[in-house]
Amino acid sequence: MEAPVITAPAPVAPIVERCEALLNDLTFETVRQWKENHPGKKAIGWLPVWAPRELILAAGMLPVGVMGASDRLEIVKGDAYYQSYICHLPRSVLELGLNGSLDVLDGVLFPSTCDVIRNLSGMWRILFPQKYVRYVDVPQNPAMSLGGRFFAEDLRAIAAELGEVSGTPVTHESLRAAFAVCNANRRAVHDLYALRVAKPWCVPSAELYLLVRAGALLPVEEHTALIREYMQLAEASAAKPMDMARVTVRGCFCEQPPLDLIRTIERSGCWIMDDDWLIAWRWFKEDLPLEGDPFENMARVFVTDSPACPTMHLAHGVKGAALKAEIKNTGSEGVLFMAPSFCDPALLDQPMIQAAIEKAGIPWSALLYAENTGQFQVIREQAGTFADALKLS
Amino acid sequence: MNTTVMKDRSQERQKRMLADYFKRLAVSRENGWKNVYTFVPGNLTELILSFDLLPVLPEINALQSGMRKKSGAFIQEAEKAGHSEDVCAYVKSDLGMLRGGNIGPTGEPLPSPDLLLLSYTGCFTFMKWFEILREETGAPTLMLHVPFQGEGRVTREMRDYVIRQLKTEVIPALEKLSGKAYDESRLAEMLARSRAMEDDLVHVLESAKRKPSPIDGYFAAVYYIGPIFSAFRGTEDAQHYYRELREEVDARIAQGIGPMTPDGPMPPEKFRLVVEGPPAWTHFNELWRMFHAEGAVIVASTYTKVGGVYDDGFRHDPSDPLGTLADYCLGCYTNRSMQDRVNMIARYVKDYDADGFMINSVKSCNSFSAGQLLILREVERLTGRPGGFFESDLVDPRYFSAANIKNRVESYLQMLDQRRTGGASA
Repeated sequence: MEAPVITAPAPVAPIVERCEALLNDLTFETVRQWKENHPGKKAIGWLPVWAPRELILAAGMLPVGVMGASDRLEIVKGDAYYQSYICHLPRSVLELGLNGSLDVLDGVLFPSTCDVIRNLSGMWRILFPQKYVRYVDVPQNPAMSLGGRFFAEDLRAIAAELGEVSGTPVTHESLRAAFAVCNANRRAVHDLYALRVAKPWCVPSAELYLLVRAGALLPVEEHTALIREYMQLAEASAAKPMDMARVTVRGCFCEQPPLDLIRTIERSGCWIMDDDWLIAWRWFKEDLPLEGDPFENMARVFVTDSPACPTMHLAHGVKGAALKAEIKNTGSEGVLFMAPSFCDPALLDQPMIQAAIEKAGIPWSALLYAENTGQFQVIREQAGTFADALKLS
Repeated sequence: MNTTVMKDRSQERQKRMLADYFKRLAVSRENGWKNVYTFVPGNLTELILSFDLLPVLPEINALQSGMRKKSGAFIQEAEKAGHSEDVCAYVKSDLGMLRGGNIGPTGEPLPSPDLLLLSYTGCFTFMKWFEILREETGAPTLMLHVPFQGEGRVTREMRDYVIRQLKTEVIPALEKLSGKAYDESRLAEMLARSRAMEDDLVHVLESAKRKPSPIDGYFAAVYYIGPIFSAFRGTEDAQHYYRELREEVDARIAQGIGPMTPDGPMPPEKFRLVVEGPPAWTHFNELWRMFHAEGAVIVASTYTKVGGVYDDGFRHDPSDPLGTLADYCLGCYTNRSMQDRVNMIARYVKDYDADGFMINSVKSCNSFSAGQLLILREVERLTGRPGGFFESDLVDPRYFSAANIKNRVESYLQMLDQRRTGGASA
């Protein structure tokens, strides 16, 4: 089945255009302007999959998501640092660093997503010695008394370092205030996804992606307000329901899919009911508590409420069960595994998750991409065939 | 070429140790012996052995399968089962072997795991590897999260975290599996033996500072590290092995003899090199020959520190058994920052008076490989000595291109030769 081309309903078009302009802001001009408008303030970048942007905020700085450059930047210098069998994201991030686009950042947090991002933290330290660089080792032992305690201690240390960078020490009060801001932002993103599930024709996936991705560059409150404004307009839109296959996408939690790939999936006849791209913006389902020790609270919520992301060590059966639950909650009919080439976490996890959902009789299909993939015809045919199979089954 | 190779006493001992070990594993089920699967970096061999449990190291099985030309078929078997061509070949070799009946590299059956002790040290793939084995075998995983030295140092919090995990999760799990209580004095005895063998190993590795070097610090040294990096650290057998090895190397020094290779004594030392990265196990001797045939001896390597860095002074400390295990895990080579790795290679180039260094970049291992091209530049900058680079894989024979690698190695050595004779300034 070939679905009609999906176009943005007119009322949300200005918001979508603004978000697309933010996606295309490869020189981080938005961050430069923010710094000009906030003299003396600093900006700290963070890489996928998740980083404690609350700490950056609490130190009075702008958290900036460094999510790669998609297919909109020619990689010249970045390729000189990587062998052919390394994924694409670190190449574009290095390119952005080496071409000066990231000069506007006063530091970068590198989370323990995989060995490539981990090693990129060390490379960054060597290549940009004047900048603050921090490796964020998230707890792989989920016991609060073990991994949680270690993480709380590390969060305290990171907060102290960020306070030194900004000149504004992080206090319990400032951190709780940041929690409140980020809680509101996560709730907005969760609500956006809920609207997407309820009325996918009102929230095309490419728009949803752009909306969330705008949070990489915008101040958190502004991002929240933008999502809320979009939702109001989208809910009131006159978009007509369309009967398309409903799929869940998994595997793109780090290196981001090109926007046209997302459009291609939808144009091939699939509503993407759930995904794991830009997962940091909905990493927690529950709010971070505003009472008690904020560092311990954050660590506790991290070890109890993190998603079943392939970057984490999970107890037996959790990853399959989590996906099956999401499929049920979103009314998905099948899973589209979309992993970036050479992505260790996604590709090592994939056979285990496939086995789990196969046992449950859930159909799936799998494809590979890179953030700079530019040809989508084969993917369109594959996704279209999968959509047809789902509708016929 | 002399193809008759006399085996030293230590080699004979190691051969017997390995044969006995695989035999014990083969009959472990019928004897009721329990095992613990774990990894080389950050292994807790003394602790496991102190409970009379058998350590099983899937990396060792995979590399042995590679050396015995079995890994290619195993990898294809795993890929047929849906595992990506893009991921670590150790994992796929292990899975292919498991799916083929878990017949180990010696042809004897390996027991399925009783416990998967996930010592998460310096390699993300370890975590997924044991999750996959858990799915395949039903054995439980036990996570020992060893924080990465991202800031180039070990903090008190990192050390305490590892010790707390040992006390509250690892030891109770080993007690439950073995039915035996934790015996710290027995562990301390083993750690004292480890300390002695670490002294001997460092003596052997540092002998390569001499000219000519009596050993090859990479190809031959991977045999030297075998017992201490795997199932034998802390055992009497291993202690004897390292004492014998030390005596043999001292005898070679006294006689002015250079390294022995699989093809016989090495030609006179012409080039002294440092190597970064693991070997290509499927073509181990062929790769070694590319160096020794040209008179190139590897005087130091980073791979021989992957299961423990001892030449910076660290020794297991029997007076603080759990603290010293934490220090050991935290200090393994791949758990160190990029800057530490650069500094270590640069130090080797200087301390061992190497002419240069080569990087073998393996496709399977992002922990090693991601960033090596920057390491190349940085070590060149710090030492003023040239670096060389070639690519292969751990155990996937499809990624070993002999002609390309030989061309790279020979060109690199020719360049060193020309620099020596003043060609570089011409």
